[in-house]
Amino acid sequence: MISSQAPVLIPITFLFAAMLVPLVGSVHRAAAHLTAVLGSALALYFSVIGMQATLAQGRISYHIAGWMPPIGIEFVLDPLSAFVCTLLCGVTFIVMVFGKRSVEYEIPQKEIAFYSLSMLLLGGLAGMVMTGDLFNLYVFLEIGALAGYALVAIGDKRAVVSAFRYLVMGTVGATFYLLGVALIFISTGTLNMADIAELMPLVQDSPAVIVGLVLIVLGTALKMALFPMHAWLPDAYTHASTTATALIAPIGTKVSAYVLLRVLFFVVDPDYLRNELDILAIIGYLGAIGIIWGSIMAICQSELKRMLAYSSVAQVGYIAVGIALASPLGFIGAILHALNHAVMKCCLFLVSGNMRLRLGHSSIPQMTNGLRKSMPWTSAAFTLAAISMIGLPPTAGFFGKWYLALGAIEQSHWIFLTALLISTILNVAYFFRVMERMYLKPQETGGVDYSEQTIARNEAPASMLIPTLFLAISLLVLGFANAWIVTNLIVPMIPGWL
Amino acid sequence: MIEFIQGYYAYIFLAATFTIGLYGMMMKQNLMKKVLGMSVVAACTILFWIVSAYKEGAGVTVLDPRYGVENPELYLNPLPHTLMLTAIVVAVVTLGVALALLIGIYREFKTLDEPTLLERMK
Repeated sequence: MISSQAPVLIPITFLFAAMLVPLVGSVHRAAAHLTAVLGSALALYFSVIGMQATLAQGRISYHIAGWMPPIGIEFVLDPLSAFVCTLLCGVTFIVMVFGKRSVEYEIPQKEIAFYSLSMLLLGGLAGMVMTGDLFNLYVFLEIGALAGYALVAIGDKRAVVSAFRYLVMGTVGATFYLLGVALIFISTGTLNMADIAELMPLVQDSPAVIVGLVLIVLGTALKMALFPMHAWLPDAYTHASTTATALIAPIGTKVSAYVLLRVLFFVVDPDYLRNELDILAIIGYLGAIGIIWGSIMAICQSELKRMLAYSSVAQVGYIAVGIALASPLGFIGAILHALNHAVMKCCLFLVSGNMRLRLGHSSIPQMTNGLRKSMPWTSAAFTLAAISMIGLPPTAGFFGKWYLALGAIEQSHWIFLTALLISTILNVAYFFRVMERMYLKPQETGGVDYSEQTIARNEAPASMLIPTLFLAISLLVLGFANAWIVTNLIVPMIPGWL
Repeated sequence: MIEFIQGYYAYIFLAATFTIGLYGMMMKQNLMKKVLGMSVVAACTILFWIVSAYKEGAGVTVLDPRYGVENPELYLNPLPHTLMLTAIVVAVVTLGVALALLIGIYREFKTLDEPTLLERMK
């Protein structure tokens, strides 16, 4: 019963929670957090049920108000969207549990607005994943984006300015997307994705459709911060509060990448995309440049959150390369990397939140090996996630890169392979720089006794530490279970023509 | 050439206005002007949808006994217009959020001029 309604239940749960949080919060302040946690737990439950049902019986389609698809609005849960949705709800649930202390510390008096907006953001993102209609996708994209701007704006002093920049760039992206949809609608007369996919071979040679496709790709690339369009990302991630960053960074760009994947692989005629239009190749080369550029910029940063933000630009590049390969291996690599990156980047941002709570900063030059003594578990979680980002087996990060590298070798794309290898070395450089300070660099002895006994154990509270450790350990679990994930979850979602 | 312009004058006008809006968003140094450019771009996109559904001499999509059902050229497709109601709401909300952020910026830094702002942020 629930499974047939799952596609629409998940976004509705989040949107409903977004409205419920201010109501409950006005009665009792602390209950706002509880509502957000319960809302995301419920959505996670629905998405797990939906995923089980999709794997058992295939595509679930929900027709809003009983109108049949080409005319009515359709919400779809197929293996791909079910997987992305479960990932999204899982990460949200963990971040919401983590959020309580961190939000109280970093943005006091704004908890209710924060939780309401984060639920709204997730409602928008979940809707983007579920919908089978291009215009609906635009509306959900804007719901999510507007909540995202406001979430970024609730931060430190400079957050408003970076939120404004994010808004300007995000609006350009959304406008390009809407223009692209207009051009495709003019040519096909329908907005339903499955319907467009059927009509596409008839109209794809017309300039209007080509321009429309390019505009859609451009708009989504802006939203997912593909290389030359990434300028909004580092500022927005740095100045927002840690919990907001931990929500937007792992999920927001992934959902935009999912839209790109959906439009390019499920809406457009595949042979045309491969042979006639070079959009895929351009996305791939931009991704490859972004991988190198993001990694180099990450090395130059002195603030941990900013470094992680630039590293996100690089990681989005991996997904773009996986999309550009347009082969089963590339597809597996892109999806697996999206999963791994969401988990490890979320873990790293939670670590930076723990540091901000206990040290009051997350600036790399000020770190010393006292950290290893005062926050042993946080440091361990950081190390594990960093190893995964670099891509050492058996952590999860290795396998995503492995499939991407195999895909690049299979098609003799040596540029992509080189970018992957160089970026791994660069990743080592910027993560080991932090780990060196955490574990090796002695503290300055300025008259004060800094011997090992005097360093107080000052670990983050359990409500923040447990989510962090859970994510860190799940990186190992994902790494060991990757064969199972690929055969059972990712292979069913590969489109037939690949 | 003249025929091309006559056939597509609305689209040419919209393309020009869209470019002006984008120019305002990207190049102007006053944040308020950026918001104005954003508004122009959003309005252009909405007009583009509406113009694309326009037909010379056609009426509303209600079956009219005088016209019959034989000639679909006499009926407009109402879908783009209806969709644009949603898009207008989205554009207005975006504008509202942008203005709220501008108020926040002004309260914090006492300026809306980008170079001055960058200087005060250091």
